[in-house]
Amino acid sequence: MREALHVEWTKLRTVAGTAWLLAGVVLLTVALGVAASVACADTGCGDPAKTSLTGIAFGQAVVAVLAVLAVGGEYGTGMIRVTFAALPRRSTVLAAKAAVVGALVLVAGGAAVLVSVLAGRGVLSGVAVLSLGDGPVLRAAVGSVLYLVLVGLLSLGVAVLVRDAAAAIGVVLGLLYLFPVVAAVVSDPDWFKRLQRISPMTAGLAVQATTNVEGLPISPWAGLGVLGLWAAGALLVGGLALRLRDA
Amino acid sequence: MSGPDGFGHVLRAEWTKLRTVRGWVLGLVAAALVILLMGLFAAAASNFSCSGPNGAPCAGSTPPTGPGGEPVVDSFSFAHQALTGDGSITARVTSLTAVSSSDGQAPVEDTQPWTKGGIIVKASTTPGSPYAALMLTGGHGVRLQHNFTGDVAGTLHATPSWLRLTRSGDTITGHESPDGATWHLVGSVTLPGLPSTVRAGLFAASPHHEVITESFAGASGESYPTRATAEFDRIGLEGSWPDRKWVGEDVGDLGGPRAGAGAGTGFEETADGVAVSGSGNIAPVVAGRGGLGKTVEGRLVGAFAGLIAVIVVAATFMTSEYRRGLIRTSLSASPRRGRVLAAKAAVIAAVTFVTALAAALITVPLVRAVEVDKGFFLFTVPTATEVRVIVGTAALLAVAAVLSLAVGTVLRRSAGAVAVVIVAIVLPYVLAIASVLPTGPSDWLLRVTPAAAFAVQQSLPEYQQVTANYAPADGYFPLSPLGGFAVLCGYTAVALGVAFSVLRRRDA
Repeated sequence: MREALHVEWTKLRTVAGTAWLLAGVVLLTVALGVAASVACADTGCGDPAKTSLTGIAFGQAVVAVLAVLAVGGEYGTGMIRVTFAALPRRSTVLAAKAAVVGALVLVAGGAAVLVSVLAGRGVLSGVAVLSLGDGPVLRAAVGSVLYLVLVGLLSLGVAVLVRDAAAAIGVVLGLLYLFPVVAAVVSDPDWFKRLQRISPMTAGLAVQATTNVEGLPISPWAGLGVLGLWAAGALLVGGLALRLRDA
Repeated sequence: MSGPDGFGHVLRAEWTKLRTVRGWVLGLVAAALVILLMGLFAAAASNFSCSGPNGAPCAGSTPPTGPGGEPVVDSFSFAHQALTGDGSITARVTSLTAVSSSDGQAPVEDTQPWTKGGIIVKASTTPGSPYAALMLTGGHGVRLQHNFTGDVAGTLHATPSWLRLTRSGDTITGHESPDGATWHLVGSVTLPGLPSTVRAGLFAASPHHEVITESFAGASGESYPTRATAEFDRIGLEGSWPDRKWVGEDVGDLGGPRAGAGAGTGFEETADGVAVSGSGNIAPVVAGRGGLGKTVEGRLVGAFAGLIAVIVVAATFMTSEYRRGLIRTSLSASPRRGRVLAAKAAVIAAVTFVTALAAALITVPLVRAVEVDKGFFLFTVPTATEVRVIVGTAALLAVAAVLSLAVGTVLRRSAGAVAVVIVAIVLPYVLAIASVLPTGPSDWLLRVTPAAAFAVQQSLPEYQQVTANYAPADGYFPLSPLGGFAVLCGYTAVALGVAFSVLRRRDA
């Protein structure tokens, strides 16, 4: 496993795109979080902590690209056959990829969230004092970082399953965006709630709520758990497909 | 088809490539299927769940339809008489106020901008029947309105104001006057098929007081009825008015409990005139989130998911050439590189357009059938508008495909190209429509990003004479259909320009 980790870390570290994508996660998340904070500077738009973390909705797309490329890139170039020849235990390879991608996203996401909250604290000082010592704000911040990590793992699982980078991005972003739009058009409140509860994006982002938590369709940590289930499911199915299929 | 080097030849080569790669064909079929299935699911997962007092199904959940077939609100307090043949009614509005009691407390003054009081000529007292009305409003002065969607502004704003409606055949003419001596023409409207005997008289109505609070959790509204009282004097009737007596009546369902004290028939004869008081409105129904009415664009909600599939196919249509090195073969077979890109763009645009058009043409009637079956009321729009929504949706997918192709040419990497285009066009749409963002940032996103093109799907106009929350989440876009589409076309033109220039300058 250590060897596999070392291999995956070296591959991801030396591919030109990785550093750019990680920088992209931080920049896009912070930029849109600040933009939303500025737009809501005098009202806080109901939930100042969530406002300052709006950028996560955009940053997750870059995380998805990073995770998908960690697998899709190898399929695209045929490198995957070399990888499996060197490390025949495929589940170990997948676990190592998941660990490396997860760790990178954890670091980049942590930086993005920290800067977003600090910037939000400055911009929104008129309506609220955002402090990481405050329980709900800390939950929103930590939860947002974990949200990005789980989106990365979900993307990894889908990429292993689909084996084509472009199609995998389409599937991941479709999965994230599909539920909120469908929920917006159904007029049955039961279906509305059901869709919001199983939606990886809506349920997962429930962890960002700091006000009106009782009014949420799903409680914050349970919502993040829903996304966790999606990610675990994708990795499991991806891992199975990896064992059963030819590379 | 002019020789081996002609554009027709390149076009044919690209068409053959697209047609023979299984993944691309599957991607396009998936795009069509997802448009159909999401439309059907959205209709199937919608239900009436509103219930009136004692769990009875709510009355009036299906609104009456106006002369144009559109759903309307038609409830007001009406003091009327029969008018046979041509004639006129003149009255002076001496006061117009509205009150409300939001929580069962004593009524407080609460005049709405579209609180109405004035004179009206209506085919019958059946809700939805044709009418023309000249009125004073709470905040918009004198207006001449007819058949729910027509609205012409007068010049006067104060009480007292003199109003006069004159019927001549199918034509109703409205005049206003500050003093009863000098009259100014407000406008003249035609009510086709108006019967010879109509109901004419005095009316008052006042829409609900709505407070909409927006946050990240979506919009939450508070709404309670208001009750208008309009006082009239110097009433003059000309022509044949056989009744010689006012009859007070509440037209339509006044929607909920009466606001304010002294609720009777809403009609009272005073010493020198008549006072009419009532709630409600005479206006078209406005579509909105959570509403029970169904629009044509709601049936095409799957378009954005089909768009994701199309973006993937279009980006890989170019990037896979780079990945497999086929681009070198393509460019040596047709050394004029611009031609290859132009042919690819033409092929992907045409194929996407036809696929999306076919999907939309199948989806719209099928989903409509499900909605009718479930008893929803439909916002009927002119055929031209429906055609614009359907063809516009197909064109939106086609142009977005070309954008994706161009971005793929510049980036030469499929994953990056797909992500860039999805984040640029699908994400802003999702954030705005699914009320993830408040209205301000949503409006802004739908102006400056390629997602502005989704404005081609808006089928209902914003009615200036109805106060409502015309937000993207309710289906109202900040740009006009063509304007929004032009934004996407602008982005696509720039991307194509960059793609042409890098293709020419770079080594393949």
